[in-house]
Amino acid sequence: VIALDPLFAHGINWEVLVIVVVKVLLVFVVLLIATAMMVWFERKLISDMQSRIGPNRAGPWGLLQSFADVTKLIFKEDLLPDRADSFVFKLAPYLSVIPAFLIFAVVPVGGIIHIGSHVFELQVADPPMGILFVLAMSGIAVYGVMLAGWSSGSKYPLLGSVRASAQVISYEAALGMTVVTVVLVSHSLSTRAIVASQAHGFWDWNLIRLGYLPFIFFMIAITAELTRPPFDLTEAEQELVGGFHTEYSAIRFGLFFLAEFMNTITMSGVVVTLFFGGPDGPIPHFIPGATIFMPIIWFLIKTVAFLFIYVWFRAALPRLRYDQLMDLGWKRLIPMTLAWLLLVASVVTWHWRGLVMLPVVLVAAALLTRANQLGSGRSEHESVLPVVGQRVTRAVRPDRLVEPTGTGAPKGDGA
Amino acid sequence: MGVGDEMKDQLSFLGGFKLTFEHLSRPRVTRQYPEEKKPKQPRQHGRHVLNRYEDGMEKCIGCELCAGVCPADCIYVRGLDNPPDHPVSPGERYGYVYEINYLRCIHCDMCVEACPTEAITESKLFEFSFTNRSDAIYTKNELLVDDDGMPQKLPWEDWREGDDMMTSGWMRATSPSGSAAYEGEVQWSGELGYGVRAPEGGQSGRRNDELTGTKPLREILEAHLLDEDIPLAHRGMQGRLWRARTGAERNKKKMEATRARMKDLRAARKEAKAKAKD
Repeated sequence: VIALDPLFAHGINWEVLVIVVVKVLLVFVVLLIATAMMVWFERKLISDMQSRIGPNRAGPWGLLQSFADVTKLIFKEDLLPDRADSFVFKLAPYLSVIPAFLIFAVVPVGGIIHIGSHVFELQVADPPMGILFVLAMSGIAVYGVMLAGWSSGSKYPLLGSVRASAQVISYEAALGMTVVTVVLVSHSLSTRAIVASQAHGFWDWNLIRLGYLPFIFFMIAITAELTRPPFDLTEAEQELVGGFHTEYSAIRFGLFFLAEFMNTITMSGVVVTLFFGGPDGPIPHFIPGATIFMPIIWFLIKTVAFLFIYVWFRAALPRLRYDQLMDLGWKRLIPMTLAWLLLVASVVTWHWRGLVMLPVVLVAAALLTRANQLGSGRSEHESVLPVVGQRVTRAVRPDRLVEPTGTGAPKGDGA
Repeated sequence: MGVGDEMKDQLSFLGGFKLTFEHLSRPRVTRQYPEEKKPKQPRQHGRHVLNRYEDGMEKCIGCELCAGVCPADCIYVRGLDNPPDHPVSPGERYGYVYEINYLRCIHCDMCVEACPTEAITESKLFEFSFTNRSDAIYTKNELLVDDDGMPQKLPWEDWREGDDMMTSGWMRATSPSGSAAYEGEVQWSGELGYGVRAPEGGQSGRRNDELTGTKPLREILEAHLLDEDIPLAHRGMQGRLWRARTGAERNKKKMEATRARMKDLRAARKEAKAKAKD
């Protein structure tokens, strides 16, 4: 870990430690404020999209609304349900918040800075397995949700958390496979190396290099992973009251809220890192002396664009039904990401000859589509296999055809 | 259905993105309520008043018909014989207890319809609130009009200009007792000299907003309606001109109101300063 970071190249002394501490503190504070602003931004934007005005009482344009909310949440009574497992109940919010903070540590927000003899990256840490760290942390965040629901000792939170864990596990596979496609062309797991591999200009962004589709898959999977609308079944108000945080109140509820919005920001940062060249602008840095700030500004612009898109999702799309969610995850997203991964892998290995994989993928897609069609057209009492066998018998020995006599089985038309 | 149509059907959800994006530039439907108040319709039902004759006699004769007809059971009336030496009402009896519980009242105005002497009518006021239950019960002290025949303006009530002028102007939308023969007939004597309005058009469709004072409140919503639901005059280029005109007027009014408020504020501040000097 240490060898990779140019900051530690000449050993560790107190100056290096100060730089590290300042970086950590800066990211912590900026993330907290950004989360507060994100809450305001989301509320304001969604009300714009619904022709409302939104928060406008606290501060100019309601900018201080989130701070007012936090103040209220801190001073509210903190309830502990009678049947709750008190230790786990208190632990769960932190299990949600801490990974949200940690993910941002590996997101590169700017270029490389020289101060005196020190060279350091604008990023808290750059471990060699950076992108795996993101996946691991988003995996740990599920524990927060799951334990919160379980320890509440109440049925709605439990249902919400069961949904959450099932959903996140389902989409983690698709998420992982899109990340693998990115890693295949970047030849590295380190986030900085991934950004560096896209740094030669607009045409080298993974978005274009990988052919747009992985980005779309990633976007869908990450939205499901964040349990944001239209995948917010874990806190579907109409069905589950508040979902996993029904029993939470005061600042513990606030922590879940914080984690949710912070995750939105960090995941926007991750999308920008993986597909949009991170802090690298589409135009090379031509302004002299702006080499420090321009990358940060580019990163901010791109991240805000994604925050806008998340809010837009929420405004435009209705919530999915649970079976639709699982269909999309398992029957569509996982096969499609797998197919794209095969294509990318073979092209990376054999260059243009890798396109031989295309017919394979197409045949597999056709087979899977047909299987899905058969599966969705099938009634519950009817099994697939006898019908297939029957079809063969009808073709080869029509005189041997025996109609199946199942109990209550509806007579199929043999098609 | 072809593959293309099916695809189109599957991707129709993308229309939601277009719609929500378009809404960003559309006018807001929200009104800044305490600062910006909608005009009230002349037929609005608000807080009751107990009317008096011009000589100061109370109109209420304590017949309790209002209490009997009240579906929410919010009116409590007790009648008493008029004292012969100083009668309260011109009739035989008067209402010596008259209470309305505003936590129950649904402002259906059936008491107003039932009243044989037009003693009880409704003003346009609805912005009043209480901090405990007993405050919500208005007694005769609060309900009775003052010597000019105007409703009392109590300190916790938010009266706007003109709210008190139409207290007796209530009129059924179509006709009294639902009888078509009376459609368009004014059923009020209006002896106090105000509050009489032209009758509503009713089912015959002779609607005249200027005459009845009905205010069109839906203008701002037109940007959110479908094209075919918007009147021709408000569509297209014509509509754009109309919107610009009305918008300018509205802004002008707003500016004037703000200026007046600032002026009042400045005057009040000056006064306070002068007082402080004294």
